[in-house]
Amino acid sequence: MADIAVEVHGLVVDRGGRRVLHGLDFTVTAGSVTGLVGPSGGGKTTLMRCLVGVQRIVAGEVTVLGQPAGTAALRARVGYVTQAPSVYGDLSVRDNARYFAAVAGVPTSRIDPVLHRVGLARDAGALVSRLSGGQQSRASLACALLGEPDLLVLDEPTVGLDPVLRRDLWVLFAELAADGTTLLVSSHVMEEAGRCERLLLLRDGRLVADDTPAAIRSRTGTGDLDEAFLRLVESAVPETSASEREVSAT
Amino acid sequence: MSARRTLATARRVLTQLRSDHRTIALLLVVPCVLLTLFKYVYASSPGVFDRAGLPMLGVFPLVTMFLVTSIAMVRERTTGTLERLLTTPLAKLDLLVGYALAFGLLALVQAGLVSAVALGLLGLDIRAGVGVVLVVAVANALLGMALGLLLSAFAQNEFQAVQFLPAGILPQVLLCGLLTPRDRMASWLTAVSDVLPMSYSVDALVQASRSAAVTSTLVTDVGIVLGCMVAALALGAVTLRRRTG
Repeated sequence: MADIAVEVHGLVVDRGGRRVLHGLDFTVTAGSVTGLVGPSGGGKTTLMRCLVGVQRIVAGEVTVLGQPAGTAALRARVGYVTQAPSVYGDLSVRDNARYFAAVAGVPTSRIDPVLHRVGLARDAGALVSRLSGGQQSRASLACALLGEPDLLVLDEPTVGLDPVLRRDLWVLFAELAADGTTLLVSSHVMEEAGRCERLLLLRDGRLVADDTPAAIRSRTGTGDLDEAFLRLVESAVPETSASEREVSAT
Repeated sequence: MSARRTLATARRVLTQLRSDHRTIALLLVVPCVLLTLFKYVYASSPGVFDRAGLPMLGVFPLVTMFLVTSIAMVRERTTGTLERLLTTPLAKLDLLVGYALAFGLLALVQAGLVSAVALGLLGLDIRAGVGVVLVVAVANALLGMALGLLLSAFAQNEFQAVQFLPAGILPQVLLCGLLTPRDRMASWLTAVSDVLPMSYSVDALVQASRSAAVTSTLVTDVGIVLGCMVAALALGAVTLRRRTG
């Protein structure tokens, strides 16, 4: 059996007095690319924050690489790229990379290969604030790759990228996974979700699917993941209201 | 805590500032211009400049570092870089000490320049010597930095952070003894000024302007300023929570 990189049991999270995650259970296999998909506001970012240990949780257990999420020792092994590029706009790409390399405690010799990998080698000297949105998010990704983390948590890394760059990034994700990195990638684009080994479909804080893209296609009876996504989201009824409905029907 | 991460943070903060030439120019030139203005506004009663000129040297670094730090920290919080840093091996102390090193260095340059102008061009008499003035100025800068860091936790954006200057710093400027000696104020105002850290920043420089020797009052004043800085930094560290709702 393959190693488990992430194990989540009964995860419950409240934000702003509202329940955002309603008791999630799932596992993520090490060295795989798992897609986290679902409508906006469904709890994807909150779930990612739980894995990197910055989200206060109400109940449940989140185990990352064998340790409770947020443990100090994990900070060197988990990379997190937020949806908004969290790099310094008033620094060049290279200066950002130099800082995050120092923070991760890795040699600066890693900077050039990583910038090359995300396609920013030619923009290394440019101030981040002068770059396009897509370049900024790749700069942010580069800073997370420097530490060669065992788990990479990427929140919408391909938003605002053209199809060529998007494809290149997915090739990069597959290469990283082949090297043993575990990736959890959230996305709105279902065509991208098809590139994942496994998909977690999160709707209103509940998992409505946890399967391979092929299994989701066959379960919903459609070859098109976009259509499968719509069918799952629209047919999925939260467990509590399902039981309430049964009660009211009898 | 790690020396490499702390120094990298200081270097990063200074690199950010260096790319902003206008801010650097404002930080260095404005205090000199203000001090010069101050001298000539009171040209008819030169005693005022002799008495309050040096204490003003302590107010500049405190105010400017307060502003720069609170804006920088609000940016770290709103752009997500702070949250990102808190998911990395960076210790909170690395971040805080890194900021302190960067702004302490900047304050040293600022205070050196203003002192040079005050002594060389404006003829201010500093009995205690420039070294003492620089030490007090850097202590004040660090206090300003720590207060800015603490108050930035209560600001949701840059607008609010800027408003903390009139709210948190200007009352201290009024009460610190720069305008009227503290013992000549109403007793309740003296009592309030007794618990405000800037009163001790200014008193330290009043001591430096009067006596060539390093008096025990001066040492106590600087100690209180640094103590307030440590307290503000500790409270600021509490606001840097890794796990939030």
